[in-house]
Amino acid sequence: MSKRRVIPGFGLSLGFTVTWLSLIILIPLAALFLKAAGVGWDQWKTLLTDPRVLAATRLTFGVSAAAAAVSMVLGLLVTWVLVRYSFPGRRLLDAMVDLPFALPTAVAGITLTAIYGKSGWIGSRIAASAAWVRDTWQPGGWIGEQVKTWAEFGAAYSSFGIFIALTFIGFPFVVRTLQPVMEDLGKEIEEAAATLGAGRWTVFRRVVLPLFVPALITGFTLAFARAIGEYGSVIFISGNLPMKTEILPLLIVSQLEQFNYGAAAVIAAMMLIISFALLLVINLLQRRLDWQNR
Amino acid sequence: MSISIHSISKTFGTYKALDDVSLEVPNGSLTALLGPSGSGKTTLLRIVAGLEFADDGPGKILFHGENVVSVPAGKRGVGFVFQHYALFRHMSVADNIAFGLTVLPRSKRPPKNEIRDRVHELLGLVKLDGLDKRRPHELSGGQRQRVALARALAIRPKVLLLDEPFGALDAKVRKDLRRWLRAFHDEIGLTTLFVTHDQEEALELADQVVVMRNSRIEQVGSPQEIYDRPRSPFVYEFLGNVNKLTSPDGAKRYVRPHEIEVVFAAEYDPVTDRIARIQHLFSAGPVATLSVRLDDGQFADVELSRKQLDDLGLSVGDEVAIRSRPEEV
Repeated sequence: MSKRRVIPGFGLSLGFTVTWLSLIILIPLAALFLKAAGVGWDQWKTLLTDPRVLAATRLTFGVSAAAAAVSMVLGLLVTWVLVRYSFPGRRLLDAMVDLPFALPTAVAGITLTAIYGKSGWIGSRIAASAAWVRDTWQPGGWIGEQVKTWAEFGAAYSSFGIFIALTFIGFPFVVRTLQPVMEDLGKEIEEAAATLGAGRWTVFRRVVLPLFVPALITGFTLAFARAIGEYGSVIFISGNLPMKTEILPLLIVSQLEQFNYGAAAVIAAMMLIISFALLLVINLLQRRLDWQNR
Repeated sequence: MSISIHSISKTFGTYKALDDVSLEVPNGSLTALLGPSGSGKTTLLRIVAGLEFADDGPGKILFHGENVVSVPAGKRGVGFVFQHYALFRHMSVADNIAFGLTVLPRSKRPPKNEIRDRVHELLGLVKLDGLDKRRPHELSGGQRQRVALARALAIRPKVLLLDEPFGALDAKVRKDLRRWLRAFHDEIGLTTLFVTHDQEEALELADQVVVMRNSRIEQVGSPQEIYDRPRSPFVYEFLGNVNKLTSPDGAKRYVRPHEIEVVFAAEYDPVTDRIARIQHLFSAGPVATLSVRLDDGQFADVELSRKQLDDLGLSVGDEVAIRSRPEEV
């Protein structure tokens, strides 16, 4: 006899879930790994030590992490304003947060390039400021190089441009994960801290913020994952200079365009493995925090 | 420390939550703010705490003669306990209790070992020894409320304010904690003001009961005074079961169920008694409640001890004579 359950349909729904997941996730991914495995060890080695691939890997994960981190801060601020204050246009602002989800990413990329590029409304100012910094202080090293690029192209065609696009794409994730948590918080806990003599900043830092951390990490993870795979908006603003502003997804597409399906699969597989490892670590970290906060 | 409240008003939009309220809370007393929801009792408590600000005007709140109206909550030296505890759930019990001490400016903050000693002293005071490392979610409701109390006491407040402190607890815990709080108050003697909508709680716990209604204070007095000499029909009705009877001469009379005496119908005395028929009889517990229908069709509740009930041998449908000492209001 099987155990009776109050909620029926477990077998059916699980079967449906597994089938569905297999069809849309597991089978395509397995095919990808199969293709990558068929390439042979030598080509794996050549590809994974190729400086162009390495540079793109560093750029993709580095800028994605930076953008997700900034999205987290930006998202926290936006959520705070949306949840804590009541002002005319709040609903409108709330709805606008979802726009990056809906907008075709290519449109976002072109718009951002137009605004942040050298002739753009903001980009021209960035270029002018960067030129001034370059001529006045003549900074060296990595910063000097960035400043030179900004002076020449505005915020476009640089890792900074990619960063802007990824932040645009990423921060709505943070807002939408944090919003319900913040709405549930209630004012009592802050009032309790206030009667105990804590100033506003202390209340925020020691009482409120720790309660947001699990949601913030979830938001970060979503923004980060999305940023790693982002293609449409980045290729317009990045300029796609090999070794400099070329991201992994672009590298994959360019391999495909040259009919190097095997190479494309290898890069994709590597990207997946790194992403999976990172997400797993973040997940474990978050589970620990969440357990403490429950 | 005594609290004097002088003509405090509070308006939320167009709603007047407090209308020119004045009150004296004597030093060392345990005072209950009692009233139905919407009577303004919580608003008054929050204004005393500094969590809400009274309308501009002549209103004053004096702590031992010093006006604190413009002093922010954190500097008033009040301990505030919330109905739903408002514990910091990411902190241990010890960290919760220590919070008020750890947020003091560096110059006033006691050293770590002193804070630890104080936390342990407070844990002992609220009978929670050994639970310092737990997190709030691992405690029962009654324990959480005592942690909240210890946290409020850690800063050595001048007055203690409790907002429906037992409101979220179940009946048994509520009763135990109420007795405990009374004993606790007698021990530390801190001026305490608490809000409740439960008349039994207010009467049992407080030295002074303040009955509030519609943003105003209806009556202030000791539990005995309030119960025996209610100043208005509202207080009469709010403080416990009461029968509202109309005499043959048309006067309205209030009489409490235990003030009615039941005798055999054969002993009926036409001067003082009314004939009544028992409609319902509830006799679980030490006190039995009879629901009777008077000869003129009015209903009344009567309370009598189980022993009396057994001696009379009454059952539903019997006819009895009731006599009372009705008090006119």
